[in-house]
Amino acid sequence: MQRRDFLKLTGLGMSAALMPLPAFSMPISEAESREPIIDTAEKKKLADVALNTAKSLGATYCDVRINRNLNQAIFTREDRVQGIANSQSFGVGVRVIVNGTWGFASTNTVTPDGIKRATERAAGIAKANSRLQKEPVKLAPQAGQGEQSWKTPIKKNAFDVPIAEKVKLLLAVNAEAMKLGVRFVNSQMFMINEQKYFASTDGSYIDQDIHRIYPTFTVTGIDIATRKFQTRNALSMPCGMGYEYLDGDASEKQQGAGGVTTLYKKRYDMLEDVKSAAKQVQEKLAAKSVEAGKYDLILDPSHLWLTIHESVGHPTELDRVLGYEANYAGTSFATLEKWKSKSFKYGSPIVTLFADKRQEGSLGYVGWDDEGVPTKRWDLIKDGILVNYQAIRDQVQLIDQQESHGCCYAQSWADVQFQRMPNVSLAAGKQKLSPEEIIKDVEKGIYIIGDGSFSIDQQRYNFQFGGQLFYEIKNGKIVGMLKDVAYQSNTQEFWNSCVAICDESDFRLGGAFNDGKGQPSQSNAVSHGSATARFKSVNVINTARNI
Amino acid sequence: MALLSKSDAEAILKKVIAFSKADDIDATLNGGLEGNIRYARNSVSTSGLQDTLTLAVQSRFGKKVGSASINEFDEASIEKCVRRSEELAQLAPDNPETMPSLEPQTYLDVKGAFESTEKIAPDFRAKVAEDSIVPAAAKKVVAAGFFNDTTGFQALMNKKGLYAYYKSTTMEFSVTMRTEDGTGSGYAVRSYSDVSKFDSAKASQVAIDKALQSRDAKAIEPGKYTVILEPAALLSTVDASLLGAMIFAMDARQADEGRSFFAKKGGGNKIGEQIVDERVNIYADPQHPEIPSSPFVGDGRAREKMMLVEKGVVKNLFYSRYWAEKQGKKAIPPPGGVVMQGGDASLDDLIKDTKRGILVTRLWYIRPVDPQTLLYTGLTRDGTFFIENGKIKHPVKNFRFNESPIIMLNNLEALGNPERIGNNLIPPIRVRDFTFTSLSDAV
Repeated sequence: MQRRDFLKLTGLGMSAALMPLPAFSMPISEAESREPIIDTAEKKKLADVALNTAKSLGATYCDVRINRNLNQAIFTREDRVQGIANSQSFGVGVRVIVNGTWGFASTNTVTPDGIKRATERAAGIAKANSRLQKEPVKLAPQAGQGEQSWKTPIKKNAFDVPIAEKVKLLLAVNAEAMKLGVRFVNSQMFMINEQKYFASTDGSYIDQDIHRIYPTFTVTGIDIATRKFQTRNALSMPCGMGYEYLDGDASEKQQGAGGVTTLYKKRYDMLEDVKSAAKQVQEKLAAKSVEAGKYDLILDPSHLWLTIHESVGHPTELDRVLGYEANYAGTSFATLEKWKSKSFKYGSPIVTLFADKRQEGSLGYVGWDDEGVPTKRWDLIKDGILVNYQAIRDQVQLIDQQESHGCCYAQSWADVQFQRMPNVSLAAGKQKLSPEEIIKDVEKGIYIIGDGSFSIDQQRYNFQFGGQLFYEIKNGKIVGMLKDVAYQSNTQEFWNSCVAICDESDFRLGGAFNDGKGQPSQSNAVSHGSATARFKSVNVINTARNI
Repeated sequence: MALLSKSDAEAILKKVIAFSKADDIDATLNGGLEGNIRYARNSVSTSGLQDTLTLAVQSRFGKKVGSASINEFDEASIEKCVRRSEELAQLAPDNPETMPSLEPQTYLDVKGAFESTEKIAPDFRAKVAEDSIVPAAAKKVVAAGFFNDTTGFQALMNKKGLYAYYKSTTMEFSVTMRTEDGTGSGYAVRSYSDVSKFDSAKASQVAIDKALQSRDAKAIEPGKYTVILEPAALLSTVDASLLGAMIFAMDARQADEGRSFFAKKGGGNKIGEQIVDERVNIYADPQHPEIPSSPFVGDGRAREKMMLVEKGVVKNLFYSRYWAEKQGKKAIPPPGGVVMQGGDASLDDLIKDTKRGILVTRLWYIRPVDPQTLLYTGLTRDGTFFIENGKIKHPVKNFRFNESPIIMLNNLEALGNPERIGNNLIPPIRVRDFTFTSLSDAV
């Protein structure tokens, strides 16, 4: 589930914060956010306090994370700025294994004394809970990494760009939409910088500087006569990039099939997209309401990422499969028996879905995870067969593997790390195929661009998805826009109906900035890539109602 | 430290206000203790305790606003926080929607804190987990649950002499019980301000019974059915919900701007229009003994007893101070909980009076499909049963629904006795023609 939507929808907590911030976030000035708090040598000294204290208390393992999270968010509507948040959260989280049991404690007192106290509390919790532990924690071996550093390969740090410049861009975006007759427009920009220092008793000291950005908008068109309204959201993606994402580089643009709209790869042109959106929202008001029935679906990567996230990303999380999330997000249909059989047909033979923490520009891209494991790529579904899960150091032995997959994450120093979804993507087709070509032999189909409504059951079988733009395909040609479209399917049936995937040149990423999991809930950022793909004969419903 | 008394909070806030050089300053202190325990696979997985105290200040110069917060309370730190908010305000662009601080308000007297809840210790939380795990294991059922308790306070002060203080306690419990073979699943959820009302063993037993009864569900055709929706199927504390979505949409500005279900054809909003069955009455009351809520909201406005829907007619929508001033209306803040009035019938009575229908324990993964009609989709979960001639006949496979709370409440047949869900009192209801659009294999 995406936490931003979750907060918006929870209902009665209506004064909820505009965006989820990590624990103990404090507003700071722009200048302060550009100054480092402590250097790497100082972090190492502080980390050693935790590691040495833990060892003296009998811990067989300890890791410590000294994190500074910077968050910036700007909210505007029409000609006004609704809010600017510029905040940081700084502190330490210490995790230990004592008596074969995990213990965790965190503090925002980043001093030798504060860290020592947190380590003692973590050890105390581990000792207290070890009474209830049935089997001691088993960690997959991990070689010490020595002293390392890693940085998101950005070209322009978004925190170095003055807030005033970002406000100017968003207000210009709003002005373009208003000029084209749109009644309402909201635009926002979210930026995150995680300065993360990790150390463990394995002999790892890893300093990482991680950047993410997400510019977005919603335009609303209203038909005054009928009082009907439609919206169109930005076709941007949240990503692991700097401010260069917004440079609008023309070589990173492509036209959708039939030239219906401009689509974006690794760069985004917000002013251009809002102009398209302003026109399309008017078209949506006048569009034909879909006739329910079976259609071939041609799904653009700006849409398909969310279907991958919900129907492949979540069900292949090993903690869900084992039942650890049963009381909240749920369990999974992708059970161990299915995996052990080595023959469970998750999708058609052309479907390979892989996890990858090293995709450039993705939200999940880091050098090491929050357990000091180097990140990598691995297959989850290979040639249609379920072949693996997402697992971390204390889980991999449960699936007879010796090496962690490197997908452990905590949203901040204040929270304990646990298994989180890596980027999960649909591999591009091996044969040369463009979006233009993929629609050519579709007799009756719908081309869907952008993500919309999403819902899936607690074991990830039955889902329903909407979108932003829907185009009717008849006899290989796009004949016009549709509205009131949603498709319903079953995960296994859907992925087995995948009959064509465009080639690598069409591969693009989408993603979720705030994916929620756990109790208390933590947020994770994750990307999903694909090329445009075709799914045969999927059930489409009409969502219009008369009240 | 984290739980300040009314006078201790006032003393700190007076210091904050004294440092202000801005036109206006609103200072807020929030503090509390939150304890939790989580378990799964019949074993405790995590537990923790969080102790927090935060000062947030908002300074205003004309239409410029700046905010800052801090969690250290020596005088130098407090002054630094006030100065920082003033510096940020000077740098901010004018926001035409900025409103001045409120004059002192009169607040209702609400008892929201209970000693029983405030005194919860780690051994109590462990006992809650044990009350689920032991009986579950005895029945070959697997328990996964979460219990958390909070004792907190909020205090507000501004330059004009407004001071507000509210202390409250709450506890939330939820448990999902699954049979070992994965063919049955049951759920129970409880919320109280006063933990002495909570019976953890009884709540767990409800979920165990549902798990055992829901094994080997039969598939029946999706379509329009008479359904009995338990309170947890109407409102949720961890997900969107049909009733929550309707109440959340009751924002006057969205309606007046024409982009909400509550927009009226031809302009304006639906205040005064009948939108649902005349037996539907929904109101808010901060002093309700079962669901006490803060008598004020974050900007200092007072919460009062008010009708939202009376005899099916929209009585009030929520207004921000800016929008209320612009429209010449009263700035009614959103409530801290609602009561949907019910009747005397128990859930069993509702079942007895049902010729053919479906009993729904809970709905899940509810997301908007069309904001125009408040159409939502989602699925049944953790106990769905077929009713025939007044009796539960057998469990049925879960369904996906596509339904609007407006259509649902127009098709109302009967209301039962309300129960607390989150900070709300919600009855089970029976409605006809609830739209299930497909089947799910999920258990």
